[in-house]
Amino acid sequence: MALKLRKEKGRRLRKNKHLPPREKAIQLALNIATWTSIVALAAVFGELMLGALPAFSSINIIDFFTGTVWNPSHPMYPLYGVVPLFVGTMMVSFGAALIAIPIGLGCSIWLAELASPRVKAVFKPAVEILAGIPSVIFGFFALVILSEWISVVFDPVTKLNALNGAIMLAVMMIPIMVTVAEDAMNAVPRNLREASLALGATRWETIRHVVVPASLSGVVAAIVLAFGRAVGETMTVLMATGNATLLHFDFLRSVQTMTAAIAIDFGEVEFGSDHYHVLFLVGLVLFVMTFIINFLADWVIRRYREEY
Amino acid sequence: MMLSRKATEVAVFSLFRGCAVLVVLALLVLVGYIATGGLERLSIEFLTDMPRRANTQGGIFPAIVGTFYLMLIVLSISVPIGVMSAIYLVEYQQNSLMGRVFRLAVYNLAGVPSIVYGLLGLGIFVAYLGLGFSLISAGLTLSIMTLPLMISSAREAIAAVPSTVREASYALGATKWQTIWHHVLPYALPGIFTGIILSVSRAAGETAPLMLTGVAMSLQRLPDSFFDSFMALPYHVFYMATQSSNLLATRPIQYATALVLLLLVLGMNLFAIVLRKRYRDKYRW
Repeated sequence: MALKLRKEKGRRLRKNKHLPPREKAIQLALNIATWTSIVALAAVFGELMLGALPAFSSINIIDFFTGTVWNPSHPMYPLYGVVPLFVGTMMVSFGAALIAIPIGLGCSIWLAELASPRVKAVFKPAVEILAGIPSVIFGFFALVILSEWISVVFDPVTKLNALNGAIMLAVMMIPIMVTVAEDAMNAVPRNLREASLALGATRWETIRHVVVPASLSGVVAAIVLAFGRAVGETMTVLMATGNATLLHFDFLRSVQTMTAAIAIDFGEVEFGSDHYHVLFLVGLVLFVMTFIINFLADWVIRRYREEY
Repeated sequence: MMLSRKATEVAVFSLFRGCAVLVVLALLVLVGYIATGGLERLSIEFLTDMPRRANTQGGIFPAIVGTFYLMLIVLSISVPIGVMSAIYLVEYQQNSLMGRVFRLAVYNLAGVPSIVYGLLGLGIFVAYLGLGFSLISAGLTLSIMTLPLMISSAREAIAAVPSTVREASYALGATKWQTIWHHVLPYALPGIFTGIILSVSRAAGETAPLMLTGVAMSLQRLPDSFFDSFMALPYHVFYMATQSSNLLATRPIQYATALVLLLLVLGMNLFAIVLRKRYRDKYRW
């Protein structure tokens, strides 16, 4: 205890008194630069609040959250119900997750447990490259090529539809998932695997009963993170899903997501109008959603991490 | 019928391999389609010409220059702030409470959707600071957007330098900053450089924030100041593919523009990957 106190005191002394002015100045400059992140985060939240605040008085906020019609450009009776947009976002994101989770997990297991170093050296950069492709390119591909394929296979109601967006988003989610999940599996120590193999388990049984449970927190976090990215994705869904704002649950019909609504409507909105402020409110809801999703991912990692 | 344990293993493992093949296939199909569609129209004139007749003829020179300017702004703002933050977080605030708060802010900033950054840019840079719908508004918005990526990659690079290097330097009487400047940063530099390339390429491909901060549909000239309107490659792809007057007739232009953007971003990514690989082979702690 006494030793700890003395140590503590010593550290404080070193930090404050015996620092040459040059060191102090540098430390201050670095500190200020680091504050940019906090200021930026506060600015994002503050700006969304400020932009959305007038909407609270000009439209009924309960109608906003429960309204099932989004028709902001009606000249006489514009309706600002966020439900169709929210459902659109959720359909596309969950659809994408349904496709991406099995493929992404299979990929991560293969990469972490089975692939030889030489194959890995090719595959990992490929995943990184896929992650680096701009979303507008994915959107363009969905618009021009994938939608044609879907037309042939499913004969959808509208050519641009939720399924189109979901498949494309799944391709974008997989690299994020694979990177995080593979890291988690690699962090499982070798001796756990060896113990399982020594007891006569096959490699697959070892993966299933030892590696996956031991890395579960990382795997779940990978899924949640990728899902958050899908919820916030704009250009791909904007170009792929057709942007009809009717409320429905049909994957073969057109939907509009919250992100797409902001991106499209700002092209025509009048600065300072009700519609303008409502779009900030949509942005605020989106921000809060992704904030919660990211928090969940972080919490899962912290709470359920196995320490080795 | 139950499969034997060995047979199950073989079946499951080939399923996993199938997943991996599927991912590589997706990449190849995507790049392949864009490349074959775009090569038809791609030429030197296409890269160096002004767009004509409402973008239906001519080239995409202003869009290339616009994207280049945006990358330049991001480079000059996001990189110094990002690297300084990373140094501070690793070297000065490793285990402190404040360090945790900073790291949490960076983590959350990384998860903010790009369109929300657009709203930020519109509200603060365009309206509040009065920069207007301009190159500088869009550039500042992109800089904030890429900051978390910049910080986390630089942080990783700096944290990877083993503490023995620092301790050796301290033992010889160097101050903290002398240690960082002369002994930590040189080893971290290739890693930081990789992060810089990745961040800038991210900024080059981003579209949504530009739509709210001043990207133009068609310009016959280059932006003549930072406060001027501009064209950008990713927005040009979006605009030509969804809003232009004759969508089918301009398809070759859409493909070619997408290919130029893809080549730019993939080129930077590949360069970053190669750089990192060489550096990893060089230093094995």
